[in-house]
Parts: sequence; C-alpha cells; structure tokens
Amino acid sequence: MSSNTQNEWPLWEVFVRNKAGLDHKHCGSLHAADAKMALQMARDVYTRRQEGTSIWVVLSSQIVASDPGEKGMYFDPMEDKVYRHPTFYELPESINHM
Amino acid sequence: MSQQSINVGASPQVQYLLRLGDSCLVLAQRISEWSGHAPILEEDLALSNMALDLLGQARGLLTHAARLDGQGHDEDQLAFLRDERQYLNPVLMELPRGDFAFTVLRNFAVSTWLLLLWRRLEGSSDAELAAIAGKAVKEAAYHQQHAADWVLRLGDGTEESSARMRAALGTLWPYCNELFDSDAVDAAAAAQGLGPDWATLKEDWRAQFFEVLAEAGLELPKDSAYQSQGRRGIHSEHMGHMLATMQYLQRAYPGGVW
Repeated sequence: MSSNTQNEWPLWEVFVRNKAGLDHKHCGSLHAADAKMALQMARDVYTRRQEGTSIWVVLSSQIVASDPGEKGMYFDPMEDKVYRHPTFYELPESINHM
Repeated sequence: MSQQSINVGASPQVQYLLRLGDSCLVLAQRISEWSGHAPILEEDLALSNMALDLLGQARGLLTHAARLDGQGHDEDQLAFLRDERQYLNPVLMELPRGDFAFTVLRNFAVSTWLLLLWRRLEGSSDAELAAIAGKAVKEAAYHQQHAADWVLRLGDGTEESSARMRAALGTLWPYCNELFDSDAVDAAAAAQGLGPDWATLKEDWRAQFFEVLAEAGLELPKDSAYQSQGRRGIHSEHMGHMLATMQYLQRAYPGGVW
C-alpha cells in the first residue's frame, strides 16, 4: 500500500479566476506529477468553456484545514452576535456607496 | 456507399489550401480516436480539445478552398465525400495513433511545423487565410507546449517510457521528410504571396525538434531518404481504413446534420 501511494501522482487543488471576477475560486482537484503538469491539466479540464483568465494550483497536502469536529466551538458562537454587522450605524450623507 | 464522391479542381491555390486543411482534418481524426481511451482523464480532455482545435482550423481552410474551387461544394462535402486520392495531407498525419508515446511525438512534430507555418501565413496575401492563421497560431503554440512537455517526460522518464519514445521516433522519422517537400504548388503559393514553400520551414523545424529530443535524452535520428507522397494523393494503407470510419455517416446518410 505504501509503495502504491508513492507511485501515485499527488493531488492538486485548482482555483480559477473568471473574466469578471477579482478572486480565484476553487473549482476542483486533479492528480498531476508536478506543478507544470497540474497547471496544464487544469487548463484543459477546467477552462475549456471559457471559464478562466487565470489559474492557481496548489498541492492539496499544503492546505491546512480547520477540524470538522471543532465546528461547533469554532463557528457557533458567532450566531447571536448580530451587532458585529455594521447595520446599526447612521451613515453620513456624504457617503453614498456602502 | 450511396453517396457520389466529389472531385476538386487542380488549381495550385486550392491544392495548397487542401494540403494544409487535410493535414488538420486527418490529424484531428487520429487524435480524436483517443477520446475515451487516453491513459488518464485529464489527457483525454486535453487530446479531445486539441482535436477540436485542429478540426476548427480544417473547417476554415476547407470552406475557403471550396469557395475558391467554385464548384458549389461546402466544407462537409470536401471533408467527407472525396476519395482517398483526393486527400492531400502528408502521410505522417494518417499513420495510426499508436501508443501514447507515438501520439505525443507526432503531435510535437506536427505542432512545431504548424506553428512555423501559421506564423508565416499570418502575412498571407489571402486575407481569409491570414485570419485563419491568426487564430490558429495561439492554438498551435499550446499544442506544441503540451506535446513537448510529454516528449521530455517520457523520453527522460523510465526505461519503459524512454524505449517507447525511441520506438516512436523510429516509426515517425522517415515520414517527417514530406513536411518539407516542395513542388510547383509551393512555388506558385510563394510567388503569389499566398504562403511559404514548405521547404523553407525545414531549418527552423529541425532546430526546435532536435533541441527537445536532445533535452529528452533521445538520440537524434539519421536522415532518411524515404519520401512519402501524401501531398500528391498517394497515401499509406492506413488511409482507406481511416476514411471508411470517418466518412461512414455522410456516405450512409447523405446530407445528414445534427
């Protein structure tokens, strides 16, 4: 099993920025031998219908993720803190676009 | 076969366009044979994308050739209703797809050649051809990069992959001569400013092709005296079989459309 794993190409996460977009959005993942191959494959798999103007790829193993088991501790306390949204402020009239 | 075959005229201009258009068409057909059969999903898509790029180039060229030929044919009739001897692609394009090593090596040889050709054709005196070339240049550049990358990986890879690349090179090499063949059609095209004599691409092609072979650790092949004649309609035994598959639908259901 461990020798199999070494022979497998690593997994890469693919992020694509579309024409109108400012940010790269995660759109999927693929296996590739190295960064160059990952970029080329991402181009062929994820931008063939004009989805993109820029691609990022990153080794999945390099992403540090929060623990799903700690979801409650991490995110639930925010549920009742509506005052953290800036909806209680009177905006000066000189500010038109907020 | 219930559909009558068509013939195109012998004007050098039409012949020049068909040599290029048929190259794109026939290679598109060969590459598309990988759909559903490529070693990995991502390459399946990459090869299918590439086949569609080539098919798009072929459509533009055949449409234009049909118009210049002036017999009222369209791209589909030219693509599907000619007989074998009327196709003018070099034999290299029609060789069976082989293994993945052969496919990527041929793609590298052809895309390098097409890229040189398209760049010259951007300055064609024929505005339609120049426009087709302007679009095709970007496609060919990507095809070349994709293929070169695989030639390097496989040539400089494992014992198995390197052996397959060497075998592919042995099969393919003699057919590359035809990419630089030259005759009255080329001379007429060059004189009119339609496009370059193919022979003038040879030096640049060899420099680029050999550079990648050397980097991939592949021994440079010795020059071969073999001269295939696909450009004059004399094809290999593989062409008829390929055309039977390619033409089947239009022959069996004349004028059938999506």
